[in-house]
Amino acid sequence: MDRRKSIKSIILGSVAGGLAVNGCKPGTEEALVETTVKVDENHFGRTPSEKELIAELNAKTFFNPHELETIEVLCDLILPATTSIGGAVEAEVTDFIEFMLKDIPEYQPILRGGLMWLDHKSNTDFGSEFKSSMETQQKEILDTIAFPDIEVPQNQRPLEIQFFSLMRNLTLTGYYTSKIGIEDIGYKGNTPNVWDGVPEDVLEQHGVSYDEEWIAKCIDQSKRSDIAKWDENGNLLT
Amino acid sequence: MQIKESSKIYDVIIVGSGAGGGMATKILGDAGLKVAVVEAGPFFDPKSQEQQTQLKWPYESPRRGASTVRPFGDFDSAYGGWEIEGEPYTRKHGTKFDWFRSRMLGGRTNHWGRISLRFGPDDFKKKNIDGLGDNWPIGYDDVKPYYDKVDKLIGVFGTKEGLKNDPDGYFLPPPKPRLHELFYIKGTKKSNIPAIPSRMSMLTKKINEDRGICFYCGQCSRACQVYADFSSGTCLIFPAQKNGGQIDLFLNAMVREVTTNAEGKATGVSYINKEDRKEYKLKGKIIVLAASACSSARILLNSKSKQHPNGLGNSSNIVGKYLHDSTGANRSAFIPDLMNRKTYNEDGVGGMHVYTPWWLDNKKLDFPRGYHIEQWGGLGMPSYGFGFNPNDLNKYIGEKVGGYGESLRDDVKKYYGSVIGISGRGESVAMKDNYCEIDPTTVDEFGIPVLQFHYKWSDFEVKQAKHMHETFEEIIHNMGGHVLQDRPTKEQEYGLLTPGRIIHEVGTTRMGDNKKISVVNKYQQLHEVDNVFVVDAGPFVSQADKNPTWTILALSWRTSDYIIEQLKQQNI
Repeated sequence: MDRRKSIKSIILGSVAGGLAVNGCKPGTEEALVETTVKVDENHFGRTPSEKELIAELNAKTFFNPHELETIEVLCDLILPATTSIGGAVEAEVTDFIEFMLKDIPEYQPILRGGLMWLDHKSNTDFGSEFKSSMETQQKEILDTIAFPDIEVPQNQRPLEIQFFSLMRNLTLTGYYTSKIGIEDIGYKGNTPNVWDGVPEDVLEQHGVSYDEEWIAKCIDQSKRSDIAKWDENGNLLT
Repeated sequence: MQIKESSKIYDVIIVGSGAGGGMATKILGDAGLKVAVVEAGPFFDPKSQEQQTQLKWPYESPRRGASTVRPFGDFDSAYGGWEIEGEPYTRKHGTKFDWFRSRMLGGRTNHWGRISLRFGPDDFKKKNIDGLGDNWPIGYDDVKPYYDKVDKLIGVFGTKEGLKNDPDGYFLPPPKPRLHELFYIKGTKKSNIPAIPSRMSMLTKKINEDRGICFYCGQCSRACQVYADFSSGTCLIFPAQKNGGQIDLFLNAMVREVTTNAEGKATGVSYINKEDRKEYKLKGKIIVLAASACSSARILLNSKSKQHPNGLGNSSNIVGKYLHDSTGANRSAFIPDLMNRKTYNEDGVGGMHVYTPWWLDNKKLDFPRGYHIEQWGGLGMPSYGFGFNPNDLNKYIGEKVGGYGESLRDDVKKYYGSVIGISGRGESVAMKDNYCEIDPTTVDEFGIPVLQFHYKWSDFEVKQAKHMHETFEEIIHNMGGHVLQDRPTKEQEYGLLTPGRIIHEVGTTRMGDNKKISVVNKYQQLHEVDNVFVVDAGPFVSQADKNPTWTILALSWRTSDYIIEQLKQQNI
């Protein structure tokens, strides 16, 4: 997809919408062209040494296949797909966790140790590894580690509880920073637009309103492309 | 190995390309002088498709923007941080100081917060008010014409408020507040604490044909590809080049020292080219140091010669002394009235649309200097860390914390945008005993002796931090919120951040009329060597409860005008 074009059309769309409200001003269309942005999806601004580090981390393998399969089962239990949107597995959170464990090695002992604990517990209670136990059995184990006592500081909780909290954190952050997760949370930004205040229905829902005196000082977006000029006292003339 | 010497003689050699160096490049380049800009990092242009981080999605980074490599995360534009491999520094007597450096064209202006506040009349004369520290040898009226020019050249939004010590300028109109900012305004009003539109250098309106207008992605820390926010490269150095300036950029060039002749006058600089790791010399008639307060002090201290045995301009022994950073303390809060939000694009400009300037009289308080308040919140783009402890806030509404499965989705949505942060950024009192000096036992990977820091907060700053937390709690309470962390204790210095963490370090080459207790005169010219100037924040006598950049820019412009004038009169 040519992202340059699509963003340009979004800008045109959103400003055109704004114009309908503010009244049409001559000269605004030229300004729209100037706000056209370019985004090259092949880069995300890495320096040569940062690229090398990523390549190095990608070349290493941390988890073995059994561990990865167990993580995938956990991801699915923590954030399953719904009827309308994919879950952690569809968002490829397992790959993300593999990368993060290499990027932040401090996580390694707790996560790896926790996985061993899970299999030990599952073998002891049900005679099978965690990943092959029945879902009800898996949940029975998770119920014992998924609800920390919040009065106890995090680093003083039993390892298996710390393990599950970390696993849940990585799963959720991996999910909500993925394409699917961003759609699920409903984040609407990261795209050129013209900010003109909080929508009326939102103000109403939260019981706040704009102060008229304050708003009168704010930018009139229909004049954003008129070059700023001031009188000698600093009063804006345009 | 022979040091390679260039035969070209520059009118001016500028060391460093951040706010101070960029402004000097623009003014001196526009005046037709032959200028060399020596920068320790690589070229950087936020328009470059390869260097750009603006408008990237979290999933374009395999670590989803985590701060493993860059201290403010993968998408922040700063190349550098508090720790840089191969460029160590040390600390003395168990004291703490963290030193942030950006190695790139434009330096730290590429990622900074763009909070662009003028110092007020009181800020230049603090000793007159509280008897502490020293007055500047100049006052607001000396700098005002330059603040005005900086406003018009670079662009800053804000509103005329008529506040005595927060002077108005030539403002562009500010953006409207976001939802959480309306809550902040409400919370401050209840306690008679002012909240006004913030003053920041993003273009909410066009100022010329070369720069674009803000398109509200909220990502100024990533540097703007349409040049709608201020950074030194995009707004000063590139325009100076475009204007036909005779400007040579020396990149990846780490300056070791200023060279001098038998009369003790500066003749140029020597630098290490990071690519071939060899030492080179540049010749220049005037040297302008703009390497950052501590780096410029380091260069001066390392520039030892028969004529300057204690380092350049350092007979007074004041170079490196009076180092001070802004104070900082932070708190966050959960605001139940901000739960269950409809989502819409409220990225806005990068950072806050609303802030609180210092509003109290220190004569009635137990600490001498003020602070301003910043705040954050809103429906931001998820990044690494989003979704951690997804329902810890349940404890405030009587629901169970923890669990797994579909309910977590509802929790994350329920709380999205309901947490705000409040930060105080204040003035500390400059102390002679807070300093950087050369550590003769350690060199960096280029063989240059490194800095050693000695820094302790005094009771003044600790009491100020306590007051910040009391204020934060009051505002949060007024907003109907729950404070998320316990108030830091006295033993924790009330959460006062380690010096260097606010990245406003100043004062190491302070200005004054008396050469025994200052390094530069009121034109930022070394008392002892008239063809060396310092235009970063080193010459600040005191760092107000403001951000230093706007003052660095104004003073660098003023010094550049002085240099042009002195050259015309053949005084230097």
